[in-house]
Amino acid sequence: MSKDNTVFLGSRANFWDRNRLSEGYLLKKTIGRICISVVRALLLFGLCFMIIQPLLTRFSKGIMEERDLYDSTVRLLPRHVTLDNYRIVFELTSFPTSMLNTFWTSLLVSVCQIISTTLVAYGFARYEFPLKKFWFACVVLLIIVPPQTIQTALYMNFVNFDILGLFKLFTGSTINLRTSVLPYVLMSLTCMGLKNGLYIYMLRQYFKGVPTSLEEAAYVDGCGTMHTFVKIMLPDAFPTIASCFLFSFVWQWTDLFYTRNFLSSYKIYSTEMSTIVSRMARYFATEQGTAVVVPDGRQQQLISIAVLVCCIPLIILYCFTQRTFVESLAMSGSKE
Amino acid sequence: MSTKDRKYRAHWYDGLTEGISMLIPYRKNKVYHTMQAKRARTGYLFVLPFILGFLLFMLKPLVESLQMSFSKVTLIPGAGYDKPWAGLLNYEYAFGVDPYFNQYLVEEISRMAINTIATLVLSFVVAVILNQKFKGRTLARAIFFLPVILSSGVLPGIESQNEFYNMMEGVAEAVANSSGVNLSAALQDLLSVSGVGSGVFDVIFQMIDAIYDIVMASGIQIIVFLSGLQSISPSLYEAADVEGCSAWEAFWKITFPMVSPLLLVNCIYTIIDFFMKNDNRVMERINEVMYKQAKFGEASAMSWIYFGVAIAFIGISSFIISKAVKTANE
Repeated sequence: MSKDNTVFLGSRANFWDRNRLSEGYLLKKTIGRICISVVRALLLFGLCFMIIQPLLTRFSKGIMEERDLYDSTVRLLPRHVTLDNYRIVFELTSFPTSMLNTFWTSLLVSVCQIISTTLVAYGFARYEFPLKKFWFACVVLLIIVPPQTIQTALYMNFVNFDILGLFKLFTGSTINLRTSVLPYVLMSLTCMGLKNGLYIYMLRQYFKGVPTSLEEAAYVDGCGTMHTFVKIMLPDAFPTIASCFLFSFVWQWTDLFYTRNFLSSYKIYSTEMSTIVSRMARYFATEQGTAVVVPDGRQQQLISIAVLVCCIPLIILYCFTQRTFVESLAMSGSKE
Repeated sequence: MSTKDRKYRAHWYDGLTEGISMLIPYRKNKVYHTMQAKRARTGYLFVLPFILGFLLFMLKPLVESLQMSFSKVTLIPGAGYDKPWAGLLNYEYAFGVDPYFNQYLVEEISRMAINTIATLVLSFVVAVILNQKFKGRTLARAIFFLPVILSSGVLPGIESQNEFYNMMEGVAEAVANSSGVNLSAALQDLLSVSGVGSGVFDVIFQMIDAIYDIVMASGIQIIVFLSGLQSISPSLYEAADVEGCSAWEAFWKITFPMVSPLLLVNCIYTIIDFFMKNDNRVMERINEVMYKQAKFGEASAMSWIYFGVAIAFIGISSFIISKAVKTANE
């Protein structure tokens, strides 16, 4: 930021000497710099703390025994540590099964989404075809239409699934696709999944930024369209695609809307989590043998644990991919 | 990198697009044999998934849902549904009969307007800070992008739906108010007593109170601004420095104009994100009407009203921002 006079005086010159030489400018500048970094550090610390704090609170609340919750002398650190709450939450959310289901559905769906959105984005970025503007406007429409607007119609569509009345013609009835993962995979393959318009937009921005000369060289050397795409474009685009994939995976993992509509026949963690309260009373009733009212504090504690359990795999994933992720996003802007 | 560096190997996908595009019938006209036409066909092949999906899973439901909003929908078990035309009845229901919809709509819209402005300002400031060089920058960046995970999907709504949580919030607020610990409330009182334009301050205090929500909602916006900031060539700053430009001037003359086009993108993203959030009460109301009361027509009308409002907001704000950016850059 400030170019001080080290060049002229050598780095070991006395600060005050240098300050005198610069007629007080150096002192002013240094104080300014220190002030800025202190303010910056405070601001960053405050905001970071605000982001991290709920996680920490959830963790500490989660390992408390129930009596610590009502003990007003216990605030942050538990007096009686227990892992029993986790066991209860695991049972309430049918943990290994629901997590496994969440994992494979998220992976499947986000892979499908990324493949299709990458292809579409490349098409929009590189090719000129009639009605291109119109179709791109449709992508923008896809971004801004809340999926809730069409959920009823979509739901009906899949309950009575039929392509041009063909099934009805042959088998006499329509197929109910709502119980399988197929409708959502179909939607993902056709870029209609969660926030897919956004991925198309992001990837298109990236592909537009890559110089065309690379592909032209490949074409001249006799490389086909698909070959060029796979061998020339994809390797460079990897960081951007990876970050889109990460978005897609994470958002799918925590998504409730599409999950509730399309994957209702599987035990998915997010739906299990959202209905955890309703199952709590029954659980405690069977455990203790009598009907019980679950206190609100206890409910809150168990929900916190459920949220934490939902976040932990994502946070671990994020820790590993964080570097590529951040750098790729920073890079996507730097290529004009 | 060039293809020459690599040994040429045949792949299963070689000539795939060419092959398929050969299957597409075209008129035996010279125009269609040109390179341009060939490329247009290939382009269409690439976007084909989207077009198919859009027509099947977007346009059709969209039209149907619009129809539903104008008709009285009754479910027939096993045979789909029946929808006789009902005119504006559902819209009348949404505005006139439903006890909560109006109120929630107005509340959420005002909350959205305030939160959008605050999110844009905050994410811009944070992006500028995160773009500077300081110790622990990587860690700070990592933490600031965490909200992308933490505020997605069900996570933000789930705890506020819990009654105990709301109760505790209420208690905490009451306690803070009575003991005078609440700094923002005290300041607010002070300022309103001193007679400074209270409307503006109300808005600002609302922002301060909502700061957690705002920080949690600004992960993507920070990323977008940050990528914009990193694309500014350092030589611009060097030139400004040589010319005796202060950091403050450089910020307003270089940083701001260069990044301002991204304001529009971020603004639209923020509005959409806000509209689709799970903890949004209008959304909750629509879901309730649809799933619990099974009033499909009414719920469709509500979501179309909501969508219309969203579009209007996006239109107005993009108009204002593009005008402002244009005048700022001239």
